[in-house]
Amino acid sequence: MLNPLHIKKDFPIFERQVNGKPLVYLDNASTTQKPGAVLDALTEYYSTMNANIHRGVHTLSEEATAAYEGVRAKVAAFIGAREPAEIVFTRNATEALNLIAYTWCEQNIYSGDEVVVSELEHHSNLVPWQELCRRKKAVLKILPLDGDAKICDGNIDVQRLDEFITEKCKLVAVTQLSNVLGTIVPLEKIIKRAREVGAVVVIDGAQGVPHLGIDVQKLDCDFLAFSSHKMFGPTGVGILYGKRELLEKMPPFLFGGDMVKEVTAHEANWNELPWKFEAGTPNIADVIAFGKAIEFMESLNFEEIRSHEKELVKYARQKLSEFPGMQIYGPASSAGIVSFNVPGVHPHDVASILNEAGVAVRAGHHCAQPLMQKLQVPATTRMSFSVYNDEGDVDTAVEALKNVYKIFKL
Amino acid sequence: MDLYGEIILDHYQNPHHHGRLERATLSGRDSNPLCGDQIQLDLQTDQEGIIIDVGFTGQGCAISQASASMLTDELLGKNLFEAIQISNEDIYRMLGVPLTSARVKCALLSLITLKKTITIDKLQIL
Repeated sequence: MLNPLHIKKDFPIFERQVNGKPLVYLDNASTTQKPGAVLDALTEYYSTMNANIHRGVHTLSEEATAAYEGVRAKVAAFIGAREPAEIVFTRNATEALNLIAYTWCEQNIYSGDEVVVSELEHHSNLVPWQELCRRKKAVLKILPLDGDAKICDGNIDVQRLDEFITEKCKLVAVTQLSNVLGTIVPLEKIIKRAREVGAVVVIDGAQGVPHLGIDVQKLDCDFLAFSSHKMFGPTGVGILYGKRELLEKMPPFLFGGDMVKEVTAHEANWNELPWKFEAGTPNIADVIAFGKAIEFMESLNFEEIRSHEKELVKYARQKLSEFPGMQIYGPASSAGIVSFNVPGVHPHDVASILNEAGVAVRAGHHCAQPLMQKLQVPATTRMSFSVYNDEGDVDTAVEALKNVYKIFKL
Repeated sequence: MDLYGEIILDHYQNPHHHGRLERATLSGRDSNPLCGDQIQLDLQTDQEGIIIDVGFTGQGCAISQASASMLTDELLGKNLFEAIQISNEDIYRMLGVPLTSARVKCALLSLITLKKTITIDKLQIL
């Protein structure tokens, strides 16, 4: 069994107080906190091996290169890629998705082609495709959610996959897990349909990978984008996985140093995979520290994470439902996310009052405005759990919620 | 907690001049990308540019909506030149509570909307 209190001890931030109260951090879908091992790795890198990679013959450069490339191999193994060369480091998941839009799509999407996303998407997996379709005069189609009555569960209407993913579809880009509702997306069904029409599949794993894990070969997706900072690693590191046969054919995204093989005054040719896609000095320190975050995740297992988060979601939903008029969004099976609204009180005010009690929650549209429009709410308050949260954290949040009712005289 | 004093809550729950104006001479709308708060502001001015009626609608937190309500009280009877001189500090004074940097954006949304509504060309017409 996963022991949240034991895990919490590895995270130095929980020693601090907020507004005189111990920090209760329930904003993990935005970003997770970082274990000591990740923080130590940053200091260790800068104090013992700081050097530029892939170009020095001196000891520091060789050590830094080995450490950086070692993390690439670790990431490849973590998501079940065939080889490290299929892993490209970017700034964040958003950049990874833009990379696909500006390379593979630039060469393969034409006027009249269709690109399919779902109604659940975070802006990062929507806006790049909106812009792509505008540039290419392609058509953006949005997979709808299932049913009006249970719209809050956020289930994609899989009965209508054939209707939305047609022969004209060249690319399907969907999230693995809704960052607003915690709904797990049936990727297997969507990918099966995409394969029938020969469309390429992009998975936005920024939310899903930290909570559910992923096996890219078993799933047979073509691309996967996710980010370090939502899985205990530093900010500034995104990961793009792509199948070698696709990456090989794609043009580079950014141009400059390190992504080239030979350069003359007037032209250049490109480096091997994956360096073809990593122009300039990369985020060496944060990538190396991300390796420690993966080791931390490997010390847990996804079955335990899933059952721990299921229990917390169940407990939170039950406690929230005891408040009069409370609106709860998302399915009971949500992967670690509970969105809610206190009637007549804006989520921003709820979050402010919770913050007074040291409780960090997110309030707003969660970078998913089209989904908010679908749910017909301007915003929600969101609790999102991680492995260091326990029922005591929910209790503290629930106590603070009573203040919301008191202050607003509900 | 200090942020939610009686006056702010009263303006939030019973906003002044709430609604659209049929005879608006100036209208503007703005939103806060951080939280999606929205303010729609309508002004009705007379020949001299004096604001004789005002209405607002919107969505958002108690701070953004209460400050909009308070601002509408201030606007009535002012001419447009006086209206655009209302400052951030005036809004803070009306609210009378300490604001964190995140909430400053909520507090100023209605004033920003006002300043977008009363554009220079609108002033030149007068």
